[in-house]
Amino acid sequence: MELFFTMLVPLILAGVALYAALRRVDVYSALCHGAGSGLETLVRVLPALVGLMTAVSMLRASGALELLSAALSPVLEAVGLPAELLPLMLVRPVSGSAALGVGSELIQTYGPNSDLGRTAAVMLGSTETTFYTIAVYFGAAGISRTRYAVPAALCADLVGFLAAAWAVRMLF
Amino acid sequence: MTMTVIWTGMAVVAVVCGIGTGRGAEVSAAAVEGAAAAVELGLSMAGMLCLWSGVMEVMRQSGLAEKLSKLLGPVLRLLFPLERGDRAVMDSISANVSANLLGLGNAATPLGLEAARRMARKSPGIASDSLCMLVVCNTASLQLIPTTVAAVRAAAGCQTPFDILPAVWLASALSVGTGVVACKVLARLWRN
Repeated sequence: MELFFTMLVPLILAGVALYAALRRVDVYSALCHGAGSGLETLVRVLPALVGLMTAVSMLRASGALELLSAALSPVLEAVGLPAELLPLMLVRPVSGSAALGVGSELIQTYGPNSDLGRTAAVMLGSTETTFYTIAVYFGAAGISRTRYAVPAALCADLVGFLAAAWAVRMLF
Repeated sequence: MTMTVIWTGMAVVAVVCGIGTGRGAEVSAAAVEGAAAAVELGLSMAGMLCLWSGVMEVMRQSGLAEKLSKLLGPVLRLLFPLERGDRAVMDSISANVSANLLGLGNAATPLGLEAARRMARKSPGIASDSLCMLVVCNTASLQLIPTTVAAVRAAAGCQTPFDILPAVWLASALSVGTGVVACKVLARLWRN
């Protein structure tokens, strides 16, 4: 089972190629043709990435997230979320690598089998880097009017965080 | 417009907080580093983007994409009623969802972006209901086995790093479900 997961990508690559070749598809030219369109996507995504990552990087350096943590912790305690998890929840939607860093630190500090460590792990496992995803998708599609996508996505994130804390309390 | 507000907000807050906390120099450095990091990320993504776009093309030409679409069709038709007739979009969405479920984020993004670009052709510049749904589904995690987090727990000395799976599934399901319901409700309420 473990080998299956470590080999998942090569298995898919070989499997798809074999299947297509048996069906007499010109696998290599199809692959190269498709890869070209990937490059086009990159060109569309890069400007959005530069914009977003610059802003996030400045925000993290300015200490704004720590200030917000301090301001919001009473609200969190009221709904049953430990304030220690707040930095993780604030970072999660904007930076995947930063969230993994913050989460790993929590797991190391409080122990992987503590309620707090488990909740941090569940939060990391059940949410995504929302703003990055939004920027990349709308950047690639050339969308300027995003309508309700951001509020709906943040709604899902919030429920994901609360559900993570509740699920850990319920199941362990 | 939403992204304009978010971007401007982040930049202004960073400047004000940076001055307030006396970290002006760090904020300046961070702006330069952030822009450079974005290009680095883009370049490190480039290989994966091209590779998986290529694999998608092979899947399409061999009919594999269509099979996947049929398998996921019943659920996806409910989520994307407006794309029902567009086979290319449905194929891309199916591949995107499959890659997400398998935890192949690097593969899921190019496949999802392809679907997004096709959807945007029908309403240039404005996010259609389908596109909002696609984005929200991708901002919520569909991953069945969170391998990265499990690796972190194992590294911290946990003997059973995967014992959080039921909790992850429960939280993911609630989060994705909320996103889907929010999209369906807001699609009716949203003016413009």
